[in-house]
Amino acid sequence: MEKTLKMQSQNLQVFYNQYQALQGINMDIEENKVTALIGPSGCGKSTFLRSLNRLNELIEGTTIKGQIYLDQQPIYSSDVDVVALRKKVGMVFQKPSVFPMSIYDNVAYGPRIHGIKNKSRLDEIVEKSLKAANLWKEVSDRLKSPAARMSGGQQQRLVIARVLAVEPEVILMDEPASALDPISTTRLEELIGELKNHYTIVIVTHNMQQAARVSDYTGFFLSGELIEFGKTTEIFVNPLDKRTEDYITGRFG
Amino acid sequence: MDVTKQKDKIIYALFWLSGLIIVAILVSIIGYVMVKGISSISLAFLLEAPRRAGAQGGISTTIAGTVYLTVLALLIAVPIGVGAAVYLEEYAHSQSKFASIVNLTAETLAGIPSIVFGLFGFVFLVIFLDLGWSLLSGSITVAIMILPTITRTAQEAILTLPREYRENSLALGASKWQTIWKVILPFALPGIVTGIILSIGRAIGETAALILTAGSSLGMPMSVFDPARTMSVHLYMLAMEGISMDRAFGTAFLIIILILIINYLANLSLRKFSQAVR
Repeated sequence: MEKTLKMQSQNLQVFYNQYQALQGINMDIEENKVTALIGPSGCGKSTFLRSLNRLNELIEGTTIKGQIYLDQQPIYSSDVDVVALRKKVGMVFQKPSVFPMSIYDNVAYGPRIHGIKNKSRLDEIVEKSLKAANLWKEVSDRLKSPAARMSGGQQQRLVIARVLAVEPEVILMDEPASALDPISTTRLEELIGELKNHYTIVIVTHNMQQAARVSDYTGFFLSGELIEFGKTTEIFVNPLDKRTEDYITGRFG
Repeated sequence: MDVTKQKDKIIYALFWLSGLIIVAILVSIIGYVMVKGISSISLAFLLEAPRRAGAQGGISTTIAGTVYLTVLALLIAVPIGVGAAVYLEEYAHSQSKFASIVNLTAETLAGIPSIVFGLFGFVFLVIFLDLGWSLLSGSITVAIMILPTITRTAQEAILTLPREYRENSLALGASKWQTIWKVILPFALPGIVTGIILSIGRAIGETAALILTAGSSLGMPMSVFDPARTMSVHLYMLAMEGISMDRAFGTAFLIIILILIINYLANLSLRKFSQAVR
């Protein structure tokens, strides 16, 4: 089967004021696959992730050079609509941050923002998104209850449902399991496995086993450089770079 | 029995005493005002217009004056104050010169005695702009006075919201304005309301600046260009000119009741609101 590139990073450099956080990253992100980004804290993997939906720009003093392509179209260009880009490239953050409103309203937030007002259409989207996030069965009888009362694992799946409701094409996940217990983590990993049939997923993780379990491709970052990138099986079984090997075998990081 | 334990007990008693003093002060003041004022209170006192400079009749026109003036001042100050807070917290860059000037100005405004605002209102609004002694002059003056409080409390309320709310909203494809309107402002509302309550207290309590700008007419204000006397001004006049101490206390009693009602309503709406979102 011909593989399709969903996103492409070309010599991406990110600066926070004088500090260079990323040193010319080149990476191909394949459609309907899970790409994992690993590396020690401060290596630039989160910075790279947040470049993919232009969220880095929110931090004052950020400069970006190089280019990222989504479906062969540059995203760093003056004529790009950032709002439309973020609709296509959704993001799940480290801490499940549900809005202090009901479960229903959390999921409906995105669609409403994008102009959907019809009640039955919203109902449909909410149900579909919660089902896709494996949460429907647990919450279908209490959609109007406050989202903040759910467990951490449920909240993280709710956040995923909220992202799915906007019908993105790519989903970025920034250490989505770091605040979850082992059972919730397993459920989340299963969910990622299901989601990749319809979405392209890029996930930052600290957990080596998690990267090995969920991803098809893995990129190893160190000090703002992409040291090695390839099929997860190859990276983990047969790393080409000594530093990659040291990291995944737990010798540092 | 060790000394440390004894010491702990004494210190505990001192803190307890501090709490008691607060309660005692409030209870005795309210109690005193109530006892002295209750005899003046009647339906007629509430509903009738004052006669003979307030020696007879009721205080209806001053109640109306107080409510109009407060509402008008809030209508002016809340949009500007909350707007400035949103600008400072959401739009301004951290090194923005203009933002630091706005911050400094708000702080300085907060420290200026109200009579200075009154003098300014008198010279600028009443005389120069020829608004005369009127509800409008008075409420603009009060609005300027409460602006720093509203801005500051709104700023703090916005600051306490987690950054994640903004990032999540923006990452869902919301524009900055949508994020502010649908996430930031609704969830900062309790803090904003606190500022509004504090401001209402200040507006109701103001006297000197209002005598200079809204006048002290006892007539019923029929438009924003009419002069008006608020309850606090009325209280001051009754007591200062020796018209009637009993009626001064009656007015004071009603001011306290009014403030209690406002606090209660504000708390109620806040609780309703936080139930809705939690």
